[in-house]
Parts: sequence; structure tokens; C-alpha cells
Amino acid sequence: MRPFDFTRPDDLEGACAAGFTEGATFIGGGTNLIDLMKLEVMAPAHVVDVTRLGLDRIEDEGDGLNIGATVRNADLAADPRVRRRYPVLSRALLAGASGQLRNRATTAGNLLQRTRCPYFQDRDSACNKRTPGAGCAALGGEVRNHAILGTSEHCIALHPSDMAVAMRALDAEIEVRDPEGGMRSMDLDHFYRLPRDTPHIETRLEPGDLITSVRLPAPKGDRQIYRKVRDRASYAFALVSVAAVLRMEGGKIAHAAVAFGGIGTEPWRDIEVDAMLTGETPSDSLFDKAGEVLVQGADVQDGTAFKVPLVQRVLKDVLWRAVA
Amino acid sequence: MSVQLKVDDRDTGEVTQNVLGRDTERRDARQKVTGRATYAAEIRPEGLVHGALVRAPGMGRVELANRAEVEAMPGVLMVLSDARMIRNAAQGAAGEAPVQGVETAAYVGQPVALVVAESFEAAAHAARTLTVTCEGASNEIDPEKVEIAEDDTDETAQGDLEAALREARHEIDRTYTTPSMHSAAMEPHAALAEWDGARLTVRASLQMLRYNRAEIADCLGIDTENVRLLSPFVGGGFGSKLGISAEAVAAALAARELGRPVRVVQHRRSVFEVNTRRSETTQRIRLGADAEGRLDAIGHEALVSNLPEEDFSEPVLQGTHFAYAARNRLLVQRTARIHRPAAGSVRAPGEAVGITAFEIAMDELADEVGIDPVELRLANIPEKDPESDVPFSSHMLAETLHDGAARFGWADRPRAARQRREGEWWIGSGMAACFRVNMMMPAEARVRLTADGAIVETDMTDIGTGSYSILGQIAAEALGLTAEGVEVRLGDTDFPPGSGSGGSFGAASTGTAVWLACAEIRTALAGRMDCEPGELTLREGTVQCGNRSRPLAELLNGETLTGHGEVEPGKAEDKVRQATFGACFAEVAVSDVTGETRLRRMVGSFAAGRILNPRTARSQAQGGMIWGTGMALTEALLHDRRDGHVVNRDLAEYHLPVHADIPEMDIALLEESDPWAGPLHAKGIGELGICGSGAAVINAIHNACGVRVRDLPATPDRVLGGLS
Ligand SMILES: Cc1cc2nc3c(=O)[nH]c(=O)nc-3n(C[C@H](O)[C@H](O)[C@H](O)COP(=O)(O)OP(=O)(O)OC[C@H]3O[C@@H](n4cnc5c(N)ncnc54)[C@H](O)[C@@H]3O)c2cc1C
Repeated sequence: MRPFDFTRPDDLEGACAAGFTEGATFIGGGTNLIDLMKLEVMAPAHVVDVTRLGLDRIEDEGDGLNIGATVRNADLAADPRVRRRYPVLSRALLAGASGQLRNRATTAGNLLQRTRCPYFQDRDSACNKRTPGAGCAALGGEVRNHAILGTSEHCIALHPSDMAVAMRALDAEIEVRDPEGGMRSMDLDHFYRLPRDTPHIETRLEPGDLITSVRLPAPKGDRQIYRKVRDRASYAFALVSVAAVLRMEGGKIAHAAVAFGGIGTEPWRDIEVDAMLTGETPSDSLFDKAGEVLVQGADVQDGTAFKVPLVQRVLKDVLWRAVA
Repeated sequence: MSVQLKVDDRDTGEVTQNVLGRDTERRDARQKVTGRATYAAEIRPEGLVHGALVRAPGMGRVELANRAEVEAMPGVLMVLSDARMIRNAAQGAAGEAPVQGVETAAYVGQPVALVVAESFEAAAHAARTLTVTCEGASNEIDPEKVEIAEDDTDETAQGDLEAALREARHEIDRTYTTPSMHSAAMEPHAALAEWDGARLTVRASLQMLRYNRAEIADCLGIDTENVRLLSPFVGGGFGSKLGISAEAVAAALAARELGRPVRVVQHRRSVFEVNTRRSETTQRIRLGADAEGRLDAIGHEALVSNLPEEDFSEPVLQGTHFAYAARNRLLVQRTARIHRPAAGSVRAPGEAVGITAFEIAMDELADEVGIDPVELRLANIPEKDPESDVPFSSHMLAETLHDGAARFGWADRPRAARQRREGEWWIGSGMAACFRVNMMMPAEARVRLTADGAIVETDMTDIGTGSYSILGQIAAEALGLTAEGVEVRLGDTDFPPGSGSGGSFGAASTGTAVWLACAEIRTALAGRMDCEPGELTLREGTVQCGNRSRPLAELLNGETLTGHGEVEPGKAEDKVRQATFGACFAEVAVSDVTGETRLRRMVGSFAAGRILNPRTARSQAQGGMIWGTGMALTEALLHDRRDGHVVNRDLAEYHLPVHADIPEMDIALLEESDPWAGPLHAKGIGELGICGSGAAVINAIHNACGVRVRDLPATPDRVLGGLS
């Protein structure tokens, strides 16, 4: 680990000013950042703790919720409002990591956690995300926890979050404060960036931008399912996961929002899939077709080919459960 | 004086069981759960400095490009790259240096330098800053792609396998693969080295101190007498700490040069590549049987790998040699010399993977013949060792099969696959027999008796298995004391050399040495009582002979009686075949949607001679069954296909089973006594549970959903491939 400065401001202004200095990085629970600092995959000169800024509350906002950036994953999962109205989020959180990690991990930190690609974590391997232009050792290497959608010839790294998958299906918005104090909000749909030829740029945040909260609009569907497939019963990242938020009207799907983990370079959602489900009567063939549309153009490697049939099976299962 | 025993024959003595054989809490349990057990890296002497190992990012000639720059970094004391540093960990019981030298890297990840600094952070940072280049080698890393030397081939043949297979009523010919696996012990390998003149003391995390001491001395070129090792507590080893590893030698070299104590703790990522892995295996198994399932032909050919110059070859066939009868046999072992990290002993080397594959093949044969898998095993139990024709010292496989089947409710299982379903989950059951060779190693121990109690001393280690408790129980039994009346001191080479922990031989070997040391004390006491040792009864501070009895304190008269016991294996090993046996039964649920497998319950029934402490024995059996489950479902060390380096070098991605994967396990330890195992009649129990349990899980998957997994582990993708 490289030596670094550490500050723990207690007001937003101080935090943003500190966060805007050269080489500064915010830290929430530190469960991802510290690991990467130990490996020197990340080496910030200045670490700014954002957990004393009063951003740890979950507040009602109209029919929706405003979730502070530093609300712990465990607290968010246990919140009665979340459990009642956004069960897909609660389930996704509880399917992630371990009890100890969820006690520390924060909402913003979870959204911004880095990929688990082993070549990204290994400084002796080439990685365009770590060192732009260095090449990608994952291509042609041991590939399993990698993406099949959104990839480029420069990067096939997967976004590993469970929470963010559920949030995508819930149409979450991110509240951001810039270093000058300006506030703006972004749909989660437009928050992440595909790797293309700049895999080191992962989101639309600018230097010094601080996430202050995540907004959930009123739930658009009451039928919510999260299903995660993994190598062991707990404490493993998703091979594939599916979050579905549906509303039924007169036997037809009136609202469909389906998001996917384990397959995309970002928490994945495909508007085409949602659109083809909306207004339709549930059927095997409809759900099969949705699965086909989803993986159009999938970029599979030796080790990730199984994800195509797997995500299709899980999607179908989740949809049937949701409409049942 | 000392009492020596070479185990040449069966023992005719009786062992009383008051303290011995009783379910007893582990002595170190409280210390461990309250953090008071101090491990190697937890001692901080005055002037302590810290070392971090540097890995080779490639193979070939090593260059430390920016050495001077790193040496000048703040806090950095030295960059050590010394020809005495070792390439990889020593093999178990080697007693001499492994391959040394850091001028070239034989595999990616080899430690090629040590950076020492005033703080751990400075050392770690400097180690990462050191630019290592490797040039001039692109060694083969795929075991299937190299030619195997004659020296690396071992064959046992009896009868005519091919002919027998042709004539067999039922035949199967299958190939199974198991991946590289790792011990992944909780405590990373660590050493703290300190010199006092010519004498070196290393606090280390090691399993077999008498050999480790000689290994370190040989590496450094100093006398063994000048090395003292201390390993009073070891946070798991499972074979990975049988031999010394890179950190111990590097720490000693640096400490010598700096004149300060040096601590080196391996990074978790280095634990996975510097310390020996379990070799991957490819196993072709051919079986021929008659209409009743009686085997007439057994073919088992294994391909394993290791680095050049390593003696160890994963002994895949070890269990096959004695498991089942068949007149025609061909067992072939081949070792590919490749440049993945070194392979070595990992808990139950040989049977863990060999019996697992064989017991899957037996399940396939049972299907083919159309008989119950338990019946198939029962029909093939040999009367004598099938190859050497000597009798078994004891053999209770049949009993464990019956007992396990009854506990599990095996009779209720549908024979055919895909018969039970609960929602999306296919439910099925499978079983496998367990086999593991029994070994004894030379061991010595000293016991001192005073009126206040006894003290046991040996350099034996307790790697989390319960050695402290068991050795205390043995001495208490022999000397008529309560367990609390015995203090046990372990893990110090100043004490007589024990067997060390490994190969399941610890309790029986070092335990026997303790027993013999006590026998010497008993003889002395009998002398003072003027009677034969056989007439002596020791109980709660009184010494009794016939109807005469005297208080122990009076008899000792303030003196200390010392006994020294020494055991070594003898001709018994040639006269009988000694092994342990068991049976595992598993019920799994397999998702028809995802291919995920969940273990629902597991029953294990084992026979391993006299059980010295049911609690620690059960814990070993259970640990083994969990390991088997991990091998079946989740564990695989992945090698990069281009340079062989270990890709998943942490506990997030090397998937050991977690609590949620393991249901309650029902474990029975059958009553048995093996007189060929020395005066305690006890055999090893530490590894037996792994040698079959994984096959039970794989066989259960087949019974559940009809998918036969032959490439382990059975991750969802592999099961899914077979589901419609
Ligand atoms: C062994 C292991 C298993 C895991 N398994 C899973 C799993 O199954 N599923 C899953 O979803 N996750 C899993 N995780 C990941 C875990 O969810 C993340 O580590 C955690 O959510 C990160 O949150 P944090 O607050 O600790 O982030 P930190 O480590 O503090 O920060 C992560 C990143 O976010 C940035 N950041 C933090 N807060 C802000 C802010 N307010 N504004 C701007 N930037 C900010 C930091 O600069 C940093 O770059 C696992 C982690 C581990 C170690």
C-alpha cells in the first residue's frame, strides 16, 4: 500500500473540496477500495472519508425513497419500507457478499465497486482498465466471471454488483454534488459507461463528484423477484442474476423492467426486452423470445458460453414467478 | 534411558479407557477463541523489521531492474536475492533443502526476492515497486502436452487387463479429471527469524518440525543443532506446511544480514502459488465385472504433474491398490514435468482424488450392472490385500457400509435417476466407500512426573486437530491422572522430536511415544513398589499393587520421574495391510433451472481403530466430509492457459464451501481396535473423510437429475450442460 493522506470531513463542502484535490478518492465502507489499495491496483494520494456527512438516512420522498449515499447495505436491506415496497432491492442486497461486508458497505460504494476480473486485480497482468493502452490479459485467459454483453475488444470486465441490478429495474436516479456545490441527478440507465476504447472510465462522474443519494421513484410494479445463480450457496458473486419488476393488468403484463447481473459490463438492462414483454400475455414463447433478444450479439468466450443458456433459463423462471 | 518400540507385530496388551476415549473439549479451544493462542506472526520482539516476498511475473532469467531505486526508498533496509532462497516449499518429511536459487524463475509466481523495511507497509510497497523482468523461457505448462519420461512412469500389472475386459459381462471405460486444488489454510505462512550468534530461532507456521529444522539448516548451510523452531500454534496446514516455505528461509537470511529480527508473512495471494498445490489429475478407469458385479478387471491410469526435480507425484493409485479385489489389474501413474507452481501433499494425497474418481466409476458400474451401489461394494471386498496377498490388520468396510446405509435410510432411495422432484429441484442420493492408507512415523516424547502432575514434551505440532488434548489424555490414562493433571508442551525443537502432523499419523505415532514414555515411568514406580509393571494400578494419586497401595507423592518423595518414549514403524508394515475404511451417503438437490447443487444431508460412517477422543475425531471426519464436498462442488485452482499462473489467488475466488453450503452431518465412528497399530490400537482419522465423500455427492447428482459429472468440480455450468 502506498502512503496516503486521510481526512474525515464532517460537512459536504469540506468533503467536496478535499475530494477535488489531485489524486483524491472518496471512501465509504472501504470494503472494495482498501483491498485494491493493498494490491496497489488503486493508489490514491488522498483518501476522503464520506461516512460523517449525515448521508446515512433513508427518507420518504413523495411516493418514493431517498437513500443516503452512506447508508449501509445491511441497513438498506432491513429497512421496512424497502422490504415492503422494493423487495427486489432487499433480496438483491442480501444475496450479495457476507453479513460482515454488508455491515460496512455503503450504497454509493456498492454502485462504484470495481470489477472482480482477476487480471484487473493482478498488477503483473495487462489491463486496459488499470493502465489505458496496456492490453487485456483476460482475452484468451481464464474467463468465467466476465461479461458477455457490453464488451469491447479492449475489455470484457463484468460489473459485479447485485444491488445495482435491482436498482436498475427500479429506475433509480443518482444524486450528485459537484466540487462547486452544484447538484445534478442522473438516471442509473445513463450512469455507467460501456468500456469501448476507454474501459478505465466507468461512469459519468467527473473528478470530485460526490454521490449524495440514490432516489427510488414509487415502485412501478408490485411483482418483484431477484434470483441469483452462484458457485456456492453464499459469499460468491453472481454467475447470472435477474431482477424483475412487473405489474399485471387483466392477465397482461402492464409494466416490465428486467435487469441482469453477471452478464454485462454494467448492471444490464435492455429496453427492447422490457418493451416486448409490456402489453403481452405471458407465455413460454414470449419469454423464450425475450431471452433470445437479450443475448443478441453476445460476445462469448470459452469460459462464459454457459451464461447464454443460463441467463435465458433464469429469465424465464423469474418471469413466470413474477406473473404467477 | 528410554523405552523403544519398533512395531513389528501385533500388540497383545490391553488399554484401559478412563480418560482415553472420552469425549473431551480441546485444551486450546479457549485460548484460540479468545485470541490468546499466539501464532508465529504475532510475536513482536524489540527491533523487529518486516519482509515482503517479491514474485516473478514470468519464467526465465530474473532481472531486478530498479533494485537501487527500491533500496533507496524510505524505510527500506535491503533487497535480498540470495542463491540460498528456495524455489518452492519443501516436500513433506524431506529433511533437506528443496531446489534453491532465484536467478531463474521456474514458474510464474516464484518468489525471487525479499524486500525488508522498517514497517510492513513500506516493505509491501517497496516489493510492489521492484520491477522484475523474466526472460528466455517459455516452458510448457499443460500436463497433456509434454512427453513423459520413463522415470516418471510407474506401473503395476497383474493378470491380463485387456483380455479380462474383453470377456467381462459388464465393462466401463471412463476418464475423469480433477483440477489443481489448494490447502488454503486460514493462517498464511509466516516466519519470524532471530539470530543469537551462530544460533537461529525461527517462529514459524509448520507441521513437521524435526524435518523442517533440518531443511532450514540445509538451506542455510548451518548445523541442525543451531536451529530452533517454535510452532506452538499453527492455524491449519493440510499439507501446505509439511515442508518449509520461502518465507522462512528468506527471513533467516535477512535477519542474519541485518542483525535484527525479521518477520515475513506470505500475502494471501502468494500462499496460493508458493506453497504446494494438489496436482490436477486425469484418470482413466476401466472396470470389468460379471453379472453379479464381481470385479475381474481393474484399470486405473493417472496423469499428474509437478515441476522438474520435485520427487512428489500425487499418489492417485494409493487406494486403488487395496480397495477392491480383481485378478486382472493395471495401475499406471505418470508424472508430467511442467511449470505450474509445485505440487505436493494436500490433505489425503492420493486417495482424496484417486478414490473420488474410482468411486464415481463404481457408481457408473453399479448402473451398468443394475445392482445397488452398496451391494456392488460389498461384493468386491477383498479377503486379503489384492496385490501383495497379506492380510488386512483390520477391515470394517462392510460394517461401515451397513451402518451408513441404515442411518441414511438408503433402502428408501429410488434406484433410477430423476425420480424425485420438489418444485424445480431434483432430489437424489448417492454413496461411496472411503479408503485411506494408515501410516506410522518415527516419534519421540518425554514425560516428567511429579507429585503435582505430569508434563509431556515433544516437538509435535497441533495444527488445529487436537494434538494437545489427545497427548494429554494418553498420558493421563497411563499415569492415572485427570486430563487437567497433565500439561502438554508442543512445537519446540528443544523437545524430543515427534512425528509432526501429516498423513493422519500424528495422534497414533506421537501418542504411542507418549505412551511408551509413561511406560518407563510406570516401570520405575513398579520398582519402587517392588512389583511387576503389569500389576500396577495408578489412580488419582495412589499407586496400587495387588492389595498394597501408597500415595504417589510419598513414593516420589519430591523427585521427578522422567520417561522417554520412542516408536518407529517396523515389520508390521510388511506383514499386514493397514488402512482405514468408511462409507459416505449424500442427498442433494439439483436445480432444473440453474444446475446449482445443494447438499441436503450427509452421513459418514468410519472405522479407524481405537478412537482416542470422539470429539476431535468427529471434527476431523466432518472436516474431511466438508473438504470432499468442496472438491465435488466448488474448489478449483485455475491456471492461466498461457503461462500457468494461478489466476484465483484469494479466498473470494478460490471457492471453499461456506457455512450455507454445509448441512448438519451425521457421523458415526465405529468401535474398532487394531492391534497392529501399536499399543494404542489407534489409526489415523484426519483424512479418511475426504476419501470418498466427494464421490457420494457426484453420484447423488446423477441419481437426482441424471447428469454424470466427470470433470470436477460440478459447478452449475457443468451440470446445466447435461440438463435438457
Ligand atoms: C469477498 C467479497 C465478496 C463480495 N461479494 C459481493 C456480492 O456477492 N455481490 C455484490 O454486489 N457485492 C459483493 N461484494 C462487494 C461489496 O458489495 C462492495 O465491496 C461494497 O458494496 C463496496 O462498498 P463500500 O462502501 O465498502 O465501498 P468503498 O470501498 O468505500 O468504495 C468503492 C468505490 O466507491 C467510491 N465511493 C464511495 N462512496 C462514494 C461517494 N459517496 N461518492 C463517490 N464515490 C464514492 C470510492 O471512491 C471507491 O472507488 C463483495 C466484496 C468482497 C470483498
